[in-house]
Amino acid sequence: MHELSIAEEIINIANQYVPSDNKSEVLFVIVEVGKLSNILPDSLEFCFDALIGDTQLKGAKLIVKEIPATVECVDCGNISEIENVIFHCKKCESSKVKLIKGNELKVIEIEIND
Amino acid sequence: MSRLTIERKVLEKNDAIANDIRSSLKENNIFAINLVSSPGSGKTSLVEKTIEFAKGRIKIAVIEGDVQTDLDAQRIEALNIPVIQIVTNGACHLEAGLVRDAYYQLNKDTIELLIIENVGNLVCPSGYDLGEELKVVILSTTEGDDKPLKYPAMFRNSSILIINKIDLVPYTHCSLEKLRSNALSINPALIIFETSCTTGEGIDLWCNWLESQLKHQ
Repeated sequence: MHELSIAEEIINIANQYVPSDNKSEVLFVIVEVGKLSNILPDSLEFCFDALIGDTQLKGAKLIVKEIPATVECVDCGNISEIENVIFHCKKCESSKVKLIKGNELKVIEIEIND
Repeated sequence: MSRLTIERKVLEKNDAIANDIRSSLKENNIFAINLVSSPGSGKTSLVEKTIEFAKGRIKIAVIEGDVQTDLDAQRIEALNIPVIQIVTNGACHLEAGLVRDAYYQLNKDTIELLIIENVGNLVCPSGYDLGEELKVVILSTTEGDDKPLKYPAMFRNSSILIINKIDLVPYTHCSLEKLRSNALSINPALIIFETSCTTGEGIDLWCNWLESQLKHQ
């Protein structure tokens, strides 16, 4: 249940980008969450909604873009998305793979009605 | 309507503090490990056994993380080892800020190995860098051989797997072979040790390996 502290950090970062004119309304906060980041999107959205209260982000919607785990094969160079998080190359079945996507936990952008 | 690009890591603050800790550890020639596992797999028992085995060979200090109580710190203190207890009051993982505050309470001149025992949880601690050299995941045989597949991030992000409670294998449905192959399918680079903190089996191999890492750092 660390989504609460993750939601707090997202709000802290997003708040730094909201213009201080009190006229702007933040519509969306967009984040990327990798499959291996151990974050449950529904739970993150719930925590975000609960925490924004009367802050500058009041009324904003959190949009979570889920990033599948993707590996690059060290042996044949093939790039493939993996399901069930079994680390092997889909083409040559080698287990020597580098994780190139799937650990993301990033605030990407905010959309403002100004 | 306008879009503002941010592109910042959510855990950037934690990572920055972890890097500060890492620099300080390096300056002081301290090797740090972050022990992670589910509750009850034997983290504190393994710390006790490591301390007993390494007595007179490695100078150890411990940072204990628990949701509540200082029971673990009391166990370590009884062995005359410097220990700082972090009580998270409900938080399911240690963060670098908490570890930094504990680390600065220790006398760095008298430490060669810092053991950070995380909160018992196979999910949340995997994403938080604490400045350690290695994450060491402990899995006990009573938990079952399927756990690496169910909690892949923890096993992928760890360098060492210690399979504990191997003395109990005859009383469980756990297959050590299956456990090892499941873990290696998530992380082929995992170095695996097998231990029993009750009989002491395998503790020597683990401690000798740990000592060799300290010499090579």
